[in-house]
Amino acid sequence: MKFNDAVWGAVLLVFAAALFVHVQGFPAMPGQKVGPGALPGALAVGLGVCGALLLLRGWRQRSTDNAPPWVELPDWFGGRAQLLGFAVLVAVNLLYLLAVQRLGFVLTGIVYLAALMWVLQVKLLRALAIAVVMTLLIHYCFYKLLKVPLPWGVLQSIAW
Amino acid sequence: MSAAWLQAFAMVFDPYNIVVMLGASLFGLFVGAVPGLTATMATALLVPVTFFMPPIPAIAAMVTATAMAIFSGDIPGCLLRMPGTPASAAYTDEAYAMTRKGLAEIALGAGLVFSAVGGLFGTAVLMVAAPTLAEFALHFSSFEYFWLVLMGLTCAVFISSDSPLKGLVTLFLGLLLACVGLSNPAAFARFTFGNTELLGGIGLIPTMIGMFAVSEIIRFVVDTQPKALVVEAQIGNVFKGMWALTLKYPLQILRGSVLGTIVGALPGAGADIAAWMSYAMSKRLSKEPEKFGTGHVEGIVESGSANNSALAGAWIPALVFGIPGDSITAIVIGVLYMKNMNPGPTLFTTNPQNIYAVYLLFIIANIIMLPLGWMCIKVAKRILKVPREVLMPVILLFCLVGAFAINNTAFDIGIMLVAGVVAYLLECNGFPIAPLILGVVLGGMLEENLVSSLIKSDGNLLAFFGRPIAATLGAITFAIWLWPLIRRVVPGFVHRSWRRKDTSRPEPELLSGRQDTHLP
Repeated sequence: MKFNDAVWGAVLLVFAAALFVHVQGFPAMPGQKVGPGALPGALAVGLGVCGALLLLRGWRQRSTDNAPPWVELPDWFGGRAQLLGFAVLVAVNLLYLLAVQRLGFVLTGIVYLAALMWVLQVKLLRALAIAVVMTLLIHYCFYKLLKVPLPWGVLQSIAW
Repeated sequence: MSAAWLQAFAMVFDPYNIVVMLGASLFGLFVGAVPGLTATMATALLVPVTFFMPPIPAIAAMVTATAMAIFSGDIPGCLLRMPGTPASAAYTDEAYAMTRKGLAEIALGAGLVFSAVGGLFGTAVLMVAAPTLAEFALHFSSFEYFWLVLMGLTCAVFISSDSPLKGLVTLFLGLLLACVGLSNPAAFARFTFGNTELLGGIGLIPTMIGMFAVSEIIRFVVDTQPKALVVEAQIGNVFKGMWALTLKYPLQILRGSVLGTIVGALPGAGADIAAWMSYAMSKRLSKEPEKFGTGHVEGIVESGSANNSALAGAWIPALVFGIPGDSITAIVIGVLYMKNMNPGPTLFTTNPQNIYAVYLLFIIANIIMLPLGWMCIKVAKRILKVPREVLMPVILLFCLVGAFAINNTAFDIGIMLVAGVVAYLLECNGFPIAPLILGVVLGGMLEENLVSSLIKSDGNLLAFFGRPIAATLGAITFAIWLWPLIRRVVPGFVHRSWRRKDTSRPEPELLSGRQDTHLP
């Protein structure tokens, strides 16, 4: 997703302004001239200046002949495989974040890998088989060898 | 002195460490040889594993894996016309042209042998320069450190991007990210919005895994390029004729190694930029520039040694000042802090054995690269056939678990995923990632030295120029800032010719670590 420089500039300007206002609420260090707001405040000013310059640059490009559009959709946006791939990528990660505690790492991991591989055109059965093996392998490495407390979820009763 | 060296030898030649180095070598060779996986990504993926190791094996894993990955990135460049890592992109077309002419074994051999030579040269410079600089740096106060950090950040903005303005934006965003949490001089909770997880700040490691690994996987999933076909090339003895090449191009090897080490040592620029610059320089200074691009080995010799020497060069500022020379050492610095091996000049006086061990690791890594790289070339065709549609999902799941493993919190997984999406979006729009990473790593150091300097001088800005070294560093920093202005006022005063002249160079985004599949 490619945005025109002017769009980035405008967004940065608004962000910098909000940041600047927010930083004014930071307390001063007693007896000192610089407090916790000094650096973020300076960054807000810097970002604001950069935003203004980008806005200007984007605006100037608009008046030339081959002006870039405000928003350029990525070339994969038309491809169904890519679009589906992106959707599944987002979905499985949301699933992982939301469900891993309840479902447990092993089940979530299998679904996660199988779905991603399937959307990348691995045959479903093969994808499932690889997903099971790789999830168990990662689980073994991190849970057993490195002692990372990966959640068991619904498999708690048969935890190994 | 010698006792420390003995200790270093004992640590490095410990069986556990040797096994780690061998494993990391194979890992690095594999990651480098698969297009779409970069050396920086290799380092990021190693973090969760090295987290559970003692300091020296942890560093060993990273040093070996990156050295191997930068070499093996040449392999798919030669056989697929796709660079395995961005550091090989500069001479991918050249290497592929050599393969078409039936010279694949010379291209690969030159990549391997002169990678090792460049790596050893960079190590030698590291061994000489780092302790000297450290002795010098022992007398630095917060004023000098403030300027050093600012100078490093400035370099990153101007080197790592075609558009300094966009580099500046990502630098500011990185510094802002570093502000989050309690770790500021007043211990005031900044930008936490009531979230307790954010009190400790935004984790460096999840951010890096996101920016360097997750973003590559997003790119792979939405990639529309068709698969490239492996060239059926007969590869014989890759070491044949290398001695003759050494005798033919001694100056090129030296030039590439020197330039690579310097570029590596400059903050924000790493092996990829070193390779681009030295390929361009090789072409300009060559006696037969017309042969470049037609399958001529000279440029590969020079830039192949440059990208590996840059790796060692990047460790100079990282070890001495805690300022990373490239994105790999940015991750390494994070790991060093976790291992209580805080970089800085005192590391050289209090724990010299650790520093000596780093030197030894670099030397060993570059020597074992020869036999291991030879083996890797032998099985290259099989590595190139690895189904990436299986590999990428597995790496992504590994990243999720790895980010979780550092602090055992799901919050870090969220940070990693967001960082991945942000890095992908920024790079699509020509915003470089390197300044952002440098900002995150150095933000705390910049603020701490700025505030303590201001307190010491009671707000007097002139004090920043009160000491001779501080004044010099400050003047250099200002000079770099004013450089674009000087260039504009005095046209033709200087031109970044390695960027503009080299028309064979594809998209500028390539520099920032974007893995490309720019097949015609």
